[in-house]
Amino acid sequence: MSFIGIYILTLLLAMLFIGFVNPKTKGLIAVLGTIVLSVIACVPAVNVLANNAFQCRFAGSWLTGVINIVIDPLSAWFVLVICFTMITSVLYGQQYMQAYAERRSALSLHWISFLLVHAGLISICVLQNSIAFLIAWELMAFSSFVLVIFEGEKMRTIRAGVNYLIQSHIGVVLLTIAFVWVAAVTGTFDFSGISQFVATQSKAANFGLMLMFFIGFAFKAGFVPFHTWLPHAHPAAPSHVSGMMSGVLIKIGIYGIMRMLILINVNYLAVGYFILTISIITGLYGVMLAIVQHNLKKLLAYHSVENIGIIGIGIGVGCLGLGYENQILAIVGFAGGLLHVLNHSLFKSLLFYGAGNVYQATHTMDIEHFGGLIKKMPQTALLFLLASLAICGLPPFNGFVSEFIIYNGLFSGINASFSMPSILMFVAAMAGLALIGGLAVMCFTKAFGIVFLGEPRKQFHSEPKEFGLAKLLPMYMVGILIVAIGLFPQYFISAIRNVLAQMVGLDMSATILPLCCETITQISWYMIGFVVLVVIVLAVRNLCSSRLPKAEGETWGCGYLAPTPKIQYTASSFVRTYRRLAKPVLQIQKKSVGVDGIFPQAASYSTEALDRTETSLIRTPLKFFRLILSKLSVLQNGCLQNYILYGLLFIVVALGFLFICHLIKIFVNYLNTIL
Amino acid sequence: MLSFALIFAVSLFFSGIVVKVKSIASGRKGPGVFQPICDIWRLLRKGAVYSRTSSIVFQIAPSIYFASILAAMAAVPFGSQGGIVSFSCDFVFFAYVLALGKFFCIIGALDTGSSFEGMGASREALFSMLAEPAFFILMGTLGLLTGHTSFLQIFSSLHIDTNLSYILVTIACFLLIMICMIENSRMPVDDPKTHLELTMIHEVMILDNSGFDLGLILHATNLKFAMYGALIADLFIGNLPANIAIAAFFGIQIAVAIIAGIIESFMARFRMSHNSQFILVLSSLALLMLLGVMLINN
Repeated sequence: MSFIGIYILTLLLAMLFIGFVNPKTKGLIAVLGTIVLSVIACVPAVNVLANNAFQCRFAGSWLTGVINIVIDPLSAWFVLVICFTMITSVLYGQQYMQAYAERRSALSLHWISFLLVHAGLISICVLQNSIAFLIAWELMAFSSFVLVIFEGEKMRTIRAGVNYLIQSHIGVVLLTIAFVWVAAVTGTFDFSGISQFVATQSKAANFGLMLMFFIGFAFKAGFVPFHTWLPHAHPAAPSHVSGMMSGVLIKIGIYGIMRMLILINVNYLAVGYFILTISIITGLYGVMLAIVQHNLKKLLAYHSVENIGIIGIGIGVGCLGLGYENQILAIVGFAGGLLHVLNHSLFKSLLFYGAGNVYQATHTMDIEHFGGLIKKMPQTALLFLLASLAICGLPPFNGFVSEFIIYNGLFSGINASFSMPSILMFVAAMAGLALIGGLAVMCFTKAFGIVFLGEPRKQFHSEPKEFGLAKLLPMYMVGILIVAIGLFPQYFISAIRNVLAQMVGLDMSATILPLCCETITQISWYMIGFVVLVVIVLAVRNLCSSRLPKAEGETWGCGYLAPTPKIQYTASSFVRTYRRLAKPVLQIQKKSVGVDGIFPQAASYSTEALDRTETSLIRTPLKFFRLILSKLSVLQNGCLQNYILYGLLFIVVALGFLFICHLIKIFVNYLNTIL
Repeated sequence: MLSFALIFAVSLFFSGIVVKVKSIASGRKGPGVFQPICDIWRLLRKGAVYSRTSSIVFQIAPSIYFASILAAMAAVPFGSQGGIVSFSCDFVFFAYVLALGKFFCIIGALDTGSSFEGMGASREALFSMLAEPAFFILMGTLGLLTGHTSFLQIFSSLHIDTNLSYILVTIACFLLIMICMIENSRMPVDDPKTHLELTMIHEVMILDNSGFDLGLILHATNLKFAMYGALIADLFIGNLPANIAIAAFFGIQIAVAIIAGIIESFMARFRMSHNSQFILVLSSLALLMLLGVMLINN
């Protein structure tokens, strides 16, 4: 109880103070509040991961019943992931928001919402009562909406925000229906009710329930085709919010799915095949669209979709392992998925912070405008490069570790050869993962190469320059952790052993975990070896070439000696061949004004990649819907007399309906008597 | 360790043999087989010119590329003897560490701000990405066939004795040679001897590299060739005693080099737009092999 009391008190105090201080202090209070809240939440979480359970009860009300607050290993892991990114996000955001210091009230609202999102996320992880869970969910969804629309004076931002709000509430509807269904059958809102439901109902009903939860949570996580809010909301939000949303907010969807996998512990095979299929599609679709984006933050948003796919592949492998009763497969699958949750939250937030630095230095997000920023902002560039390498899953960084573990699961799944479909499924997942990796390399060589390398393609109003240490510090914090996980993954794997035990449903015995850890420890040595190798080669190179003559010159241009930045390869030309190849999946809108006539006007050519699922699932039905509604707009003509007439008509119809029913009844009775 | 040394030894004359075969096929005498390595040795002792546009990335990229190839080589076994590193799913490490090298190669090219190099970078990124699934499906298939998940275990337990396995090994050889040709930017996907920048892939990416860095990149290509040759050799020498295996290893490497030379002499480069289709065909071939293995297992 004491923990929760202190937590709520801190939250309320911080929220109260933010309103009354000057803009700079608002940020500092938010930083302080987030750190204190994180410490309060992390202390029991760390304890739980080290084998001590934490549980307490809240009296609740007549509506909810007793509210159980439980931190089990799964919650603890997510709490830790959330808290770390929240801290870096608030540290970065406090610096980022100084550019908006004159907007006092908007800032108050922003920081209060930030604290509320944090509280909401933590509550979702620990609450075990469906009504309380939904309230926390709503708190998180609504306050993150407020965070997204910080720059609400822009029409685009508001549209993106409302789009997010609506889509996240479609998810809430499904979750609510699912929870009410459980409550209607079992009569309790506690999560234990779900287990009762599972024990008493048929397999089909259980699968239906799982599906409903999955889709509800998938809206938040961003599985295809429920991802369409993501590429709008992330670019609209301030960068630390995008980093936080992409890093941890969408992961809460993954948390929900994993929680339900524990509670609904049947049908693992069907669920596994389902999750694996949808995850492969999600991963491929996300990265395929990411490549053709021109807006840096939109590109990163599509990569979140891709990474959710990779996490999903891990979870799917874990489910199949449970379904086929192969413990190693289950452990490896879930371990890869869970570790990727952490990894993605790190490199994706770092990428968004990097994009934020770029945005504040240049005030644009269009990749085609950048170039050569590495000379102006060397530290941002190197951190961005680090995160790019990590997100591509390249050694020796953290992304490789989790993808390697998932590959390990896939290969052992193939070798175990349970059945024909299982082999094909695993091979599809493996080929998908390999293709995702290759496409990600293409995407991030484009993103890093075009933005930071070469010559500036456009003159900006003010010369871009590097930011101070205060802004780079949170980025370095993330960067250090990325390298640490890459080089010493074994410690992080052993940190999640209790989570794995919980997911697989067994006491983590001495035999299984070391088996998985052995390879990981080896990997760790090879990664360190690789880093040493790189250092040696670089040292040899520097030693050898230091004695040799060096000269500077122009880039080779086939003998052309007056190159301009305009002749550089652009982002669109870099991906042109790919775009033609991927035509069936992509939907590219081209706008061009050609050079024609005797006195040609300025010519232009632009392409925009639309999202095919969004077009077919949202835009087209909405257009149709609008068409029908516009026909009805005659009724809404603003004339008071007409509205009174509608009222009158309604009464007439309502009474008339009863009257006619009565007449028919009399008539039928009459017919009955004469027949 | 043995495999590492052998691959290094083969890399010294591998591209020399390819050049020799091409010369003979076109009716010339050609340079000696050690000429390419002598050229590289000369480059290593030369000074360099750096573009004013380039940054630190351009300077470190060739070294990281070279180191990544060395790291990948370390995972390649020699018959029944392991490489320097060997662990479950080491081929994932192999493929990804190569991808890291490629990543740096690509951003190194983009760093010069040249349109030619950007073009080469774009092609390299696309083609190598398309070849990735084929390699993974191939390894998955070999894993399924032998029941193991590391290079060493797979190769040392691979038995070529039934009719079906002859077919499978033929497909595997073909796939590995083709992946090798793609990874090294050779015919039929890329022509290293073309004279027009617009038709190049790998060569155009390194237009601005010179001196020590260029030497590293060129020798990295030789190592890569020898490394894939070693993988092909490993398909056959898994169960041979060491002394015969070493002879067989050199024999197979030379044979692969001769095949590469013959392919380059008698084939024209594909049209750039057909490359992606060709590379995707490799994945379907790998799938065919998978079906074959599934037939054996049932």
